[in-house]
Amino acid sequence: MAATRALARLATTRTALRPAVLSRGFASVTDTHARDPVSKTAEKIVPDPARKPTPESKTSTVKEPEPAKDAKIKSFHIYRWNPDEPTSKPRMQTYTLDLNKTGPMMLDALIRIKNEMDPTLTFRRSCREGICGSCAMNIDGVNTLACLCRIPTDTAKASRIYPLPHMFIVKDLVPDMTLFYKQYRSIKPYLQRDTPPPDGREYRQSKAERKKLDGLYECILCACCSTSCPSYWWNQEEYLGPAVLLQSYRWIADSRDEKKAERQDALNNSMSLYRCHTILNCSRTCPKGLNPALAIAEIKKSMAFT
Amino acid sequence: MSSQRVFQLGLRRAAAPRFRVQSAGRMMQRRWAATEHVNEQGAQDILAKQRLQRPVSPHLSIYKPQITWYASSLNRITGVMLSGGLYLFGIAYLAAPTLGWHLETPSMVAAVAAWPVWAKVTAKSVAAFPFFFHALNGIRHLTWDVGLGFKNKTVVQTGWTAVGLTMVCSAYYIFFG
Repeated sequence: MAATRALARLATTRTALRPAVLSRGFASVTDTHARDPVSKTAEKIVPDPARKPTPESKTSTVKEPEPAKDAKIKSFHIYRWNPDEPTSKPRMQTYTLDLNKTGPMMLDALIRIKNEMDPTLTFRRSCREGICGSCAMNIDGVNTLACLCRIPTDTAKASRIYPLPHMFIVKDLVPDMTLFYKQYRSIKPYLQRDTPPPDGREYRQSKAERKKLDGLYECILCACCSTSCPSYWWNQEEYLGPAVLLQSYRWIADSRDEKKAERQDALNNSMSLYRCHTILNCSRTCPKGLNPALAIAEIKKSMAFT
Repeated sequence: MSSQRVFQLGLRRAAAPRFRVQSAGRMMQRRWAATEHVNEQGAQDILAKQRLQRPVSPHLSIYKPQITWYASSLNRITGVMLSGGLYLFGIAYLAAPTLGWHLETPSMVAAVAAWPVWAKVTAKSVAAFPFFFHALNGIRHLTWDVGLGFKNKTVVQTGWTAVGLTMVCSAYYIFFG
């Protein structure tokens, strides 16, 4: 692999006049406009932003291609919306799958549908083992990662798959996460220090100080918790939401960080932090078993007792 | 980097003149599907137009009923009911002399005493359920404010305990209080 990559690099080392279309870097960080928030005026122009999806009873059913004799057929109702037909309503599309031919997880079902039945079904996925957070969606009413969610083997009951709640939908199960990432950037998720390390080498922590970060650093920013929070649904523009606040606390609790006061100050307004009304949907739904609600309570405490 | 792509790059290199220079580290990527080239502004316009059309995914109506958010919203609703009722009665009590209403305790006691049983039970439950639920659930919220009881299991247990105690206390108040 390394050899072929070096070879390819050698092959492309002298091409200054190559048209821009043919050349792309690995990551595009120049298009900062893509991170602009959805403007509030846009919400007003859209006649009915919460367009109710057409129920599955009024849409067609895509059937398992070749059901075997002892097939365990289960129905999946999946939220669909196609941006190429922008005026059409979202709809619930039904797919039936033979569970004997499908992997155990919801993501396996989705991938099988996409591979074998309907290539237009769109969703994000990457690692298939719960570490990337791409496949976050609402499955049977609860936000979780499709790759960590087992398909209920009860075939009598259909499963319902929606995108993350109260998000603008790019296509099908893909929500627009622009605002979420912008909020994450706003809390400055990196170590801020003015003084160099005492020994000139590294910033050291005691075991107790390091232990404070357990349960915080594991967050993969899948946005399951934020989009399960009714408070975040109604105040997305101002309230940071559980995921971002958990990350905020991860830096407030870090003994190496020297901007604790500034970080707390940035949260000290009525919206950013205090829209948390301890509803606790966030902790209930976290697919990684973390506790954002506790982190938020710790921020509130740290701000009250300073 | 597939061997096929390496081969194509090699071909292009062979076809291209040798005077071109490019910084190392940039890798060639080609899209073989038919695409349309759009400049940055054009892409922004397309994005802006798309964003106007995007629907909001369903939320309240599809999220699974759980003690967490149901208790929280009930807490809010009962709070509004209780404080709203208090304000309404307070203002009515202040305005009573001017408007000639009789809201003094003795006359109200006399009025309620004359009601049939079902009306008494209804009126008492309308007051009792919100009051006890808000009071008991409020204790949960206070413990959360000091950072206790955040485990998922604890949250569910205390939630249903609050609901159960509300039932017991309200029943006691309605029928024996």
